[in-house]
Amino acid sequence: MKLTLRVWRQQNAEAPGAMATYEVDGISRDMSFLEMLDTLNEELILAGDEPVAFDHDCREGICGACSLVINGDAHGPERTTTCQLHMRSFQDGDTIDVEPWRASAFPVVKDLVVDRSAFDRIIQSGGYISAPTGTAPDAHATPVPKPDADFAFEHAECIGCGACVAACPNGSAMLFTSAKVNHLNVLPQGTPERETRVLDMVATMDDEGFGGCTLTGECATACPKGIPLPSIAAMNKEWLRATRKVRR
Amino acid sequence: MSDYTQYTTGEPVTDTKAPHGPVADRWDTRRFEARLVNPANRRKHTVIVVGTGLAGGSAGATLAEQGYHVVQFCFQDSPRRAHSVAAQGGINAAKNYRNDGDSVHRLFYDTVKGGDFRARESNVHRLAEISVEIIDQCVAQGVPFAREYGGLLDNRSFGGVQVSRTFYARGQTGQQLLLGAYQALSRQIAAGNVELHARTEMLDLVVVDGKARGIVARDLVTGKIETHFADAVVLASGGYGNVFYLSTNAMNSNATAIWRAHRRGAYFANPCFTQIHPTCIPRTGEHQSKLTLMSESLRNDGRIWVPKAKGDDRPAAEIPEDERDYYLERIYPSFGNLVPRDIASRAAKNVCDEGRGVGPGGQGVYLDFAEAIGRMGRAKVEEKYGNLFDMYAQITAEDPYETPMRIYPAVHYTMGGLWVDYDLQTTVPGLFAIGEANFSDHGANRLGASALMQGLADGYFVLPSTINDYLARNPHTDEIDADHPAVAEAVAETEDRLSLLLAVDGDRTPDSFHREIGELMWEYCGMARTEKGLRTALERIPVIREEFWRRIKVPGTGEQFNQSLEKANRVVDYLELAELMCLDALHRAESCGGHFREESQTPDGEAARRDEEFSYAAAWEFTATGDAPVLHQEDLVFEYVHPTQRSYA
Amino acid sequence: MTRTLWDSSVGKKTIMAVSGLIMLGYLVAHMVGNLKIFFGPGEFDRYAHWLRTMGDPVLHYSWGLWLVRVVLVAAVVLHGVSAYQLSRRDIKARPAKYVHTKPRASYATRTMRWGGVILALFIVWHILDLTTGTVHSGGFQEGHPYQNVVDTFSTWYGNVIYIVAVLAMGLHVQHGFWSAAQTLGVGNATRDRVLKTLANLLAAVLTLGFVSVPVAVMTGVVS
Repeated sequence: MKLTLRVWRQQNAEAPGAMATYEVDGISRDMSFLEMLDTLNEELILAGDEPVAFDHDCREGICGACSLVINGDAHGPERTTTCQLHMRSFQDGDTIDVEPWRASAFPVVKDLVVDRSAFDRIIQSGGYISAPTGTAPDAHATPVPKPDADFAFEHAECIGCGACVAACPNGSAMLFTSAKVNHLNVLPQGTPERETRVLDMVATMDDEGFGGCTLTGECATACPKGIPLPSIAAMNKEWLRATRKVRR
Repeated sequence: MSDYTQYTTGEPVTDTKAPHGPVADRWDTRRFEARLVNPANRRKHTVIVVGTGLAGGSAGATLAEQGYHVVQFCFQDSPRRAHSVAAQGGINAAKNYRNDGDSVHRLFYDTVKGGDFRARESNVHRLAEISVEIIDQCVAQGVPFAREYGGLLDNRSFGGVQVSRTFYARGQTGQQLLLGAYQALSRQIAAGNVELHARTEMLDLVVVDGKARGIVARDLVTGKIETHFADAVVLASGGYGNVFYLSTNAMNSNATAIWRAHRRGAYFANPCFTQIHPTCIPRTGEHQSKLTLMSESLRNDGRIWVPKAKGDDRPAAEIPEDERDYYLERIYPSFGNLVPRDIASRAAKNVCDEGRGVGPGGQGVYLDFAEAIGRMGRAKVEEKYGNLFDMYAQITAEDPYETPMRIYPAVHYTMGGLWVDYDLQTTVPGLFAIGEANFSDHGANRLGASALMQGLADGYFVLPSTINDYLARNPHTDEIDADHPAVAEAVAETEDRLSLLLAVDGDRTPDSFHREIGELMWEYCGMARTEKGLRTALERIPVIREEFWRRIKVPGTGEQFNQSLEKANRVVDYLELAELMCLDALHRAESCGGHFREESQTPDGEAARRDEEFSYAAAWEFTATGDAPVLHQEDLVFEYVHPTQRSYA
Repeated sequence: MTRTLWDSSVGKKTIMAVSGLIMLGYLVAHMVGNLKIFFGPGEFDRYAHWLRTMGDPVLHYSWGLWLVRVVLVAAVVLHGVSAYQLSRRDIKARPAKYVHTKPRASYATRTMRWGGVILALFIVWHILDLTTGTVHSGGFQEGHPYQNVVDTFSTWYGNVIYIVAVLAMGLHVQHGFWSAAQTLGVGNATRDRVLKTLANLLAAVLTLGFVSVPVAVMTGVVS
């Protein structure tokens, strides 16, 4: 396959960026999208140019590092992570636009690499259960009904890639935040911190400069792990419940 | 022959910390004998933790809970991305929730035997004891393990053991356990007890007066070389499987932290013990950047075969039944497709070497579910393996319900690592190694679902108990700073190395060298090793290394985000580590676990251990790049589990 | 709690949801009242008069109506201010657009902001037209709403303004009702279809109900 790539190049956070055009040839349909970029980068290095910077690590769809907007879609045309997208999803001769996640809470570090530490700070503000090592009762001390355990798991699958924020026209982190709130709040172990967790995490989300939710549903469509849109409604319910219960 | 193979044998290395007495009491004894640090004084102690995977994340969180000041590093943009996240299968624990005869002693026994009698009994018993506490801890943190309708935890049997002791969270157990540790760590970051440096990579160890006192690290965003000081340094930087270029490791997993520590005096033990996983998706071509594991559970129902004839390139469906060779069932009639990982892997390599492999390049064998679909029905197969089939279809664009899957072995885990004593301390006082970075618990072969167990045991329970002893005995009063000669030297060495990488301006990329050394290692130090092959590799490696420093090309500068520079610097260390791995494999003229020397096999092709000569851990001491290292042997004593030759025929 | 609501993006959405639902309830009542026009001037004008005497004898003349007006003004202001502030936050959160753009989300979802602005302008015109008579075409007669309505819809621009606004209202309700349900935490996977159907139904009924009046005047059914 022969392709034309238009890639966002930006030297660092302060520098202005622009789309640059590259031609790549001899691309196999079996390559992953990132392997196609590897091919481009090998050519750029040998030509003495700086290779295109992009985040990636496990390349099996679970670490959440890869983060490209491909032809306007977060993670590209298939519902998966960028690393699991293969070139057979494209046609010979295609022009492909590659851009970084766009949100003011995710500033560009270089080229296609963005800073997603705001997500870490949301978790730090309450996305945990306080269980110091050694204090735990036997694992079977508290049974968890299977539907609750499954609900928790479904939300715990979030890989923190940020596609939800990238796809949202408001740059909102509601789907990410709700996934963690729902995972922990449904479990009996998470109950003691149920109210403070949701209030603190939502407050941090706002402070980090993410936008609000207008329920466009773009986040859930882009999510490679299928975190469902009703997750947001479930968090809203938790939040409203918490505002009634907690006096601040 | 290079000088490198003329290694010398030094004093034996002994584990002075392991207590004596009955194996079941040793951990209690050690905890009681260890000195403690007054809780009020803990905040005055700084501990550096490198890595945020299961071991590092849990250690950082627990040390911070205890009151220590923790400074933690990860090269990823977030601690949540450490490669533990990718573990699929599960985590073992001797809970005996199934009432099927499991116990701490049985898990201990299975692990020593599974490691082919090359692990330390004391350590393994402690691991089995702690396994039950890990599950309690993780459930309390909200890890959503699979549950049954009664609300209690589900278990499955894994990796050929006869009891159901594996806890799991669908195919994402590693992810869920890692998020548990990450969240515990996040709580301590918010509390100000952990200072996290993300996108920061350790490039050297600072040793002052013989003790580990800090690290040299590079801020990957600004390129700035920084120094960080502490009273103890903990390496939780994972394994070194990426030396093979293609492996199931993440792209950026690397050996730099442990290799640099090795160069500063930490012995490296059993580097040749690598685990090859039999069920990975085969490579599709030269462009392949990494390999993806498919859970081993597939072998419970899938049948493995290749065509009987060489070079048979008909599609699978057109090969009649009597022209197929179900070679595992043929060679190992009693275990069939469920033989251990190393046996299944070698058998696949053998049939492919015979020219009977399938798929692109003939590097693959079929894993066929047609019989299972016929027996159980498609719905049942879908329920059991649906997510794995989907993953396979996603990557290969083939429908495994219609055409057999193709699989091939790939490097998966490294049992070797920095030598540590019972306290998980390396031979450099104050330097600890935990998780896959150390060598301790898996011997020559790791059992399925044991890696997660060991990482969390080390991080949550072992290290936080044993590091107290070191800190209590070594109250550092002298502050060190960047002007200290030892620090200045380490910084200068790092800066010089990076400058040189940038200055060569040759005509080959870092990846091309990584690929070259990886292919060499796979060929000669992979699934089956021979003296001749290893000697060939040992001759080639210095040549490649010399060429590297002549022809490497790294664009850009060191004062910026520069992924080529990061990569090139990691390859520098692979080019040295590879040499030690080959030497270790050459010197260990026996087969054991994941290390198969063709010269040492039974008449029916099984791995033959040679206990009288090799019942020791080989701990290597660094001398200089390319110079022969010094071997220190730690004799292994088996008081409880007596070595037997395994047989799966 | 008030501060928590007002300071949080989720809280502000709650305020929008509640005020929106208040206005939605009013719209339903308003539409039902409008339909009385089909029973002739007597009944319609009497109904309009009752609006001022409802609650009698507890309430003084027109107090009931003023109460409704105060609640509605509060709802409109809270809804509008919240929407303005949330929109500013949203735009700030996504300053850079993608070079490669493609149409996203449903039409109703994308037009919430401009639809809201259209509705706000319409409300002003609507009050000046049929409540105060300031911009009314022809002679505005206090106490004769039937004739006033017929006058308004006898001009082309009266019909255009009104019908455009009603269509905007329909779209706004379609996304707004479902969205409010999510904000208030009523939505979940099993209820989603019911809520979406209800939203579509409400939007359709309100649009048809309101549009029927100008159409009736234009076609001479009401004159």
